[in-house]
Amino acid sequence: MRTALFWIFSLAAVASALGVVGNLRSPINSALSLVVSMLALAGLYVLLEAQFVGLIQVMVYAGAIVVLFLFVIMLLNLRGSGASGAESQPIVKALGALVVVAATLWLARTLSSGRAPWPDVEQGFGTTRAIGEALYTDYVLSVQVAGVLLLAGIVAAVVLAKKKID
Amino acid sequence: MATSTVWVSIFLFALVLLAFAPIMTWVERKQSALMQDRIGANRASILGFKALGLIHPLADVIKMITKEDTIPTGAHRFLHLVSPFIAVAPAIISFAVIPYGGTYEMWGAHISLCVADLDYGVLFVFAIGSIATYGSMLAGWAGNNNFGMLGSIRVSAQMISYEVALGITVVGLFMIFGTLRLTDLGVMQQETFRLFGFLEHFGWVAADANWIDWITIPMWGIVLQPLPFFMFLTALMAENKRAPFDTPEGESEIVAGYFIEYSGMKFGLYMMGEWIEVVVIAALLTAMFLGGWSLPWVREADMIAAWTPALGENMANLAAMLLAVHVFLIKVIVLIWFQMLIRWSMPRFRYDQVMNLGWKILLPLSLANIVVTALGILFVQGVTS
Repeated sequence: MRTALFWIFSLAAVASALGVVGNLRSPINSALSLVVSMLALAGLYVLLEAQFVGLIQVMVYAGAIVVLFLFVIMLLNLRGSGASGAESQPIVKALGALVVVAATLWLARTLSSGRAPWPDVEQGFGTTRAIGEALYTDYVLSVQVAGVLLLAGIVAAVVLAKKKID
Repeated sequence: MATSTVWVSIFLFALVLLAFAPIMTWVERKQSALMQDRIGANRASILGFKALGLIHPLADVIKMITKEDTIPTGAHRFLHLVSPFIAVAPAIISFAVIPYGGTYEMWGAHISLCVADLDYGVLFVFAIGSIATYGSMLAGWAGNNNFGMLGSIRVSAQMISYEVALGITVVGLFMIFGTLRLTDLGVMQQETFRLFGFLEHFGWVAADANWIDWITIPMWGIVLQPLPFFMFLTALMAENKRAPFDTPEGESEIVAGYFIEYSGMKFGLYMMGEWIEVVVIAALLTAMFLGGWSLPWVREADMIAAWTPALGENMANLAAMLLAVHVFLIKVIVLIWFQMLIRWSMPRFRYDQVMNLGWKILLPLSLANIVVTALGILFVQGVTS
């Protein structure tokens, strides 16, 4: 059951990830492929007993960030504009293809070296309580730093938006 | 949970859900009619049998199914087809985590009246609800219609804005109860606290004064967090896009907004999604703020223990279960009525008013609520320790 679900989710993730970059007809289709990819990833997280991370993946990435992408695409009305700019840059294209092939080969080599079994986790792993305890005891500095970073982002957004209004 | 009891809870859940959605059309018509001094739906009849207009939902369904299903030229056929389903499915799925009763032992079976008792129950509802945005957003875009497009843009902006406030308003509640699990929230809200207990701590009353033991208040979410209850309701109603938050539909400006190009049952699915969400909102608020399935001042475990000598253990559990389901339903019905009351009393907000309410009122207030709640928790801990 678990293995079957793993294959379903990972195939969906890979196929839709290819759909994001391979879809030149419409940016909306690319964004939707991204949503499917995010949802499949969330499924993989849940399979790894990290339910909280999976849920946040759905809520933040699939539910908010890609909605914003779609919002911008719709607002600018990018309908079937196709791939722009890539045709004129053969060097960039070749470089991109090279990197992708190399990364795939490296990944395939690493993965084929050994089959990792399903991890055994203790009771309560991945629950909200466990994540909260980890965040506010062991990783409290990282949480604070991330908070400051987000605050800086908010302030920057306000500054940028104000400049346009003035 | 054993497999057989899963079926019991799924059966009850489907029963409630399927009964509610069509009846909501009737409820809305009748309530709006009452509020506007009309009679409301009363014409559809089977052999002269009208049943207070309750046949109208049936007539509606027949009309919707037999209508022509149009797909406009230039539409994205696939997205046009799937959008209504993306809009409806999340509303139905969110019911899975809402408990409409506790757990009961009877005749050797262990029955839990919650289909999926998840550790992160409330977050599940939020996550699933955030997917529903796509159903409305893609509908307007896929139909290749400019009015639909404007509706889509409004939908996405509105739903993202209120998702932020939605999550933050209830943080205070989770700080108090320390859990996201909806069944735990239901059990914890059965407790009571002494309203004037702090007087004893400060020594302001005589030590033998027992009147303070009598004045107890149930620890319902709405008692502990009264303002967030209304803010959460507001944010949920804005997510549901019904009046007064129906700028994405905005008949007077953009005809019908995002679902302008839908006809027949696909249009019906959007309507159904909205009505199911009304029920979801009522059920979620009941589970989180109104004490869930329990009566105030009554601990369910105590109640079962009190009934056991008279009824026997099995019958006591069964009676408690039936009572719990009915109490839950009554609370849900009251909240549905309240939402209908708001929907038919308020005119549509202007778009900038919707945005101001979300970002400039709800968000700062909910952030302030977190600070105030934290101070309150510190105070209570100081008093009780």
